[in-house]
Amino acid sequence: MDVIKPAPGFEDILPLEYQELVADGPYGRSLGVKDLGTFKELIEDHPLCAGCNLTLSFRLLLASLPKPEDTLIVTTAGCFGVIHPQIALHASIAPFGTQNAFASGLTRAMRIRFPEKQKDVITIGGDGSFADIGMAPTTHSWFRGEKFASFMLDNECYANTGGQASGMTPEGVVLNMAPKGKSFDKIPFVEIAKLAGCAYVATASPTKPRQVESMVRRAILVAREVGPTFVRLACVCATNYKLTPIEAHRKSKELVSQTDEYMTEAAREYLESLEGAA
Amino acid sequence: MGDTVTAGSPPRAPDPRYRVVAGPEGYLSPAAAAMGIELPDEGYSLVEGESISDSLAPDIIAERLLEARNPTLFPGPLVLWGWSDASIRKARALQELVAEVPGMKMIPMPDYRPKYPKIDPAIEINPNHPNLTIWHNEIDVCVFAGVHCHFANIALKIIRSGTDCYTIALCGERGHEDAMVTMRDAGDVKVASITAAVRRLKAGGHDA
Ligand SMILES: Cc1ncc(C[n+]2csc(CCOP(=O)(O)OP(=O)(O)O)c2C)c(N)n1
Ligand code: SF4
Repeated sequence: MDVIKPAPGFEDILPLEYQELVADGPYGRSLGVKDLGTFKELIEDHPLCAGCNLTLSFRLLLASLPKPEDTLIVTTAGCFGVIHPQIALHASIAPFGTQNAFASGLTRAMRIRFPEKQKDVITIGGDGSFADIGMAPTTHSWFRGEKFASFMLDNECYANTGGQASGMTPEGVVLNMAPKGKSFDKIPFVEIAKLAGCAYVATASPTKPRQVESMVRRAILVAREVGPTFVRLACVCATNYKLTPIEAHRKSKELVSQTDEYMTEAAREYLESLEGAA
Repeated sequence: MGDTVTAGSPPRAPDPRYRVVAGPEGYLSPAAAAMGIELPDEGYSLVEGESISDSLAPDIIAERLLEARNPTLFPGPLVLWGWSDASIRKARALQELVAEVPGMKMIPMPDYRPKYPKIDPAIEINPNHPNLTIWHNEIDVCVFAGVHCHFANIALKIIRSGTDCYTIALCGERGHEDAMVTMRDAGDVKVASITAAVRRLKAGGHDA
């Protein structure tokens, strides 16, 4: 497969990172979470907090992409925004909260530009950028039936800006900038996604990597043919919740004690046709 | 009315004094286009904003490269990766040019990711902070090739703003008015004409 190939004579001047991506990257290979550690990943190091569950979710998400070489990522402001420039994929950063508006246009443009090719546009944002400031662009992309997958890294607060309560922070939680505790409970955003027309909605935890992989893939596959999809990755913020990495990991596990997966009949039939054929 | 611009006024006349020359020009250089510099017509190149015949540009570029202390090619994504036969041919022509200019180096621009602070300016260049690579390697003359238009223009402007590096852009499309010298439609054939000019100048005893 000739996806990423340097022009002859330029191989040796490529920085090592690129040489490794060319020789051993995931492009055009059917790799997944079980192969982590055996190939050059799309992201190797990061400047985020040690033990951050959001970063682990991000890493698993990238390792689960069904066709990384044809994937376009749209992110926005948030902790993960610092990783974004270092992903070895097409990745654009939209103004805060507008990632799903941006991706709507990008998806349509890709279908016009590459009618013969499946390009997977995905959005990645925080709970703030999906459920608060970005709620209108997000839900309206779903009302319109825009076919792309959205991934919320739900760390249950605005972490990047120092610890404000977000709509997804549970009631009563005290944060640096919510000293009296959050005054209302978590927004039922997963339910909103179903009502707004998502064909596939799931909640996963980075503590269950194979589950993350399955949900990420299903979300992307369903978005190709059936309709918008949404996955919430529960990854409570270690730093702002003042948890050790182990405690944060345990908490993320508790948050998704039961697999939470919903799909429309059309999505189920489509997935069965693919999974049956595989 | 003085200088007041009203709706329907003719566009401002180009500033006849503006020249696209090596900097440092200041924190934010104006875009050359905003100063009235226009892209060259077919068959023409630009030298410091002035249109000249394509036949004259290779000698000017060759002279600049041979006089440089540390000439460097920045191959961008359009030539660094083997997209097409044309990009592979241009890549080969650029490698031949580099081989012909004594001491010329290549530092790649593999993509446009704003990788600060992770970038290693010793071995790669990035359009969002090209000055870091130029300062780090003390590059006095550089050649851009295979960089998409808007990233080339941003990078060339930043270089003019913050460094004294002389910029040459060998563009496969319409040229780059923000470079000190630019050739348009520059595929392998035009690059080879620069290599030939370098050979001629060297044979003529140029002090390389
Ligand atoms: C329109 C706009 N409003 C506010 C901000 C400031 N801002 C940047 S990130 C952020 C919070 C991000 O929270 P979340 O989406 O939950 O991501 P996290 O940092 O927790 O990963 C805010 C308010 C901004 N960049 N743009
Ligand atoms: S502040 Fe929280 S979510 Fe952000 S990088 Fe640190 S641990 Fe991760």
